Amino acid sequence: MRGRASFCRGRGRETPAPIPNCRPAAPRGLAQGREQRKVGSPFPRRPAWPPIYLPLIIILFLCLWGGPAPAWGAEGPAAPGGGGSTPWWVWALVLFGFSFIVGILSLLGGMGGGTLFVSIVGGFLPFHLDFVRCASLLVALSGALSAGPGLLRFGMGDLRLSLPIALMTSTGAIFGAVIGLKLPAHVIQIALGFTILGIVAVMVRAKRSEYPRVPKADVLSHHLGLAGVYLDRATGEEVSWKVHRTPLALGSFLLIGIMAGVFGIGAGWANVAVLNLIMGAPLKVAVGTSKLIVCLTDTAAAWVYLHSGAVMLVVVVPSIIGMMLGSWAGVGILVRIAPIRLRYVVIALLLFAGIRSLLKGFGIWN
Amino acid sequence: MAREPVSDIQLYYARVIDRAAKLAFCLLLITFAIYISGVLRPYVALEDLPGYWGQPAHHYLQAAQIQTGWAWLGELHHGDFLNFIPIAIMAGVTFLGYLWVLSKFFRNRETILGIIIIIQLVVLALAASGIIRTGGH
Repeated sequence: MRGRASFCRGRGRETPAPIPNCRPAAPRGLAQGREQRKVGSPFPRRPAWPPIYLPLIIILFLCLWGGPAPAWGAEGPAAPGGGGSTPWWVWALVLFGFSFIVGILSLLGGMGGGTLFVSIVGGFLPFHLDFVRCASLLVALSGALSAGPGLLRFGMGDLRLSLPIALMTSTGAIFGAVIGLKLPAHVIQIALGFTILGIVAVMVRAKRSEYPRVPKADVLSHHLGLAGVYLDRATGEEVSWKVHRTPLALGSFLLIGIMAGVFGIGAGWANVAVLNLIMGAPLKVAVGTSKLIVCLTDTAAAWVYLHSGAVMLVVVVPSIIGMMLGSWAGVGILVRIAPIRLRYVVIALLLFAGIRSLLKGFGIWN
Repeated sequence: MAREPVSDIQLYYARVIDRAAKLAFCLLLITFAIYISGVLRPYVALEDLPGYWGQPAHHYLQAAQIQTGWAWLGELHHGDFLNFIPIAIMAGVTFLGYLWVLSKFFRNRETILGIIIIIQLVVLALAASGIIRTGGH
């Protein structure tokens, strides 16, 4: 379905002239800049950012960094002071720096950040995966809570649509968190490695649809009233939508919740894929609603981690602050970035982090 | 399907989680500053943390003799456990939001969604209760 009522009367898709009282498609300066590029600006063009070799620089840095190997093999309680001579605040600052970079990259890559955070921080810093996963859940939760209200106000996130889905993911996340805390770290690393490589495959192959065609809403979604209207501010049009294949999607969301709990991630990328590709929600609604779902998923899992003693404050707080500042910095970069290159940066990093997790899990590269 | 683009319930929910989340972030910054400045003596000394953070969570709990569940409520005079208040608020924001909008769904005669919210509240309460926790691997 693609029922689209014109929001600004008289404005067609091909009409180039701006209509009074209609919100422009993009900030004026940005739109003009794009137009200038099309017709050939007399001014020298700023080189597209980031350079294509950026992932190579980051990967080289991470390889050289290596980081001290976590003491996963150690059995029994550790003796205090056994973490080397580096003071705690140095690690907190390093973590802050890592989180800042992950915050930028995840925002630019259109991800929640949990997956990148767990794979990079868990792979290269000395903190045990239990603490990293708990921090990741709280990072993803704080990010989702920050974005949620705005998305709800603009109608991008749909509370009604999120209700049955969040029930499935949060239930799954509780089981996932229990499973994740029971499994040995190397098993988690191996499973995380395969999952990240799966995400890379999805990112490379999946073709998301802006407005998927939904011929008829299924019975369950009809009874739950899972349909709505949102104002697309980019086009100035109201877009009405409905969803189908709800039972299949709810089953998928239960699995997504379990995965989120096991790995300590928000799994927003998976939510968007199911909402958009299976249920047929418009891409913007899928992205916005995904954040609302992450709020519930990570809340449920975070409680289990919290009660199991996996909160290490010097891991949690610098991560939250770093990721938030990184996200804000990322917004500034986003306006002058070449999206296709960015996609390659994120894919390359995820690919590297996935292989690193696998090698670490198998004990090949510690 | 003639629904308003953004319903009143949705706006109300947005307002509740926005305020609660901001409160939690501000409190977290304050309590973390208290923690690292040493204004309140931490239960586990900051200098000892590098010896623990490479170990699984249950080893850390064992070594530092920390109780799980809601036992931290009895340790709020320590700088580290004080930080659990904003974290608990952050983890309780959505619970609060759902609780706030529950009656509105029933008032609008949206019984099915109201029941889903009740089940969701039970699930979250179960997670928050501390009944579900693990002693580690």
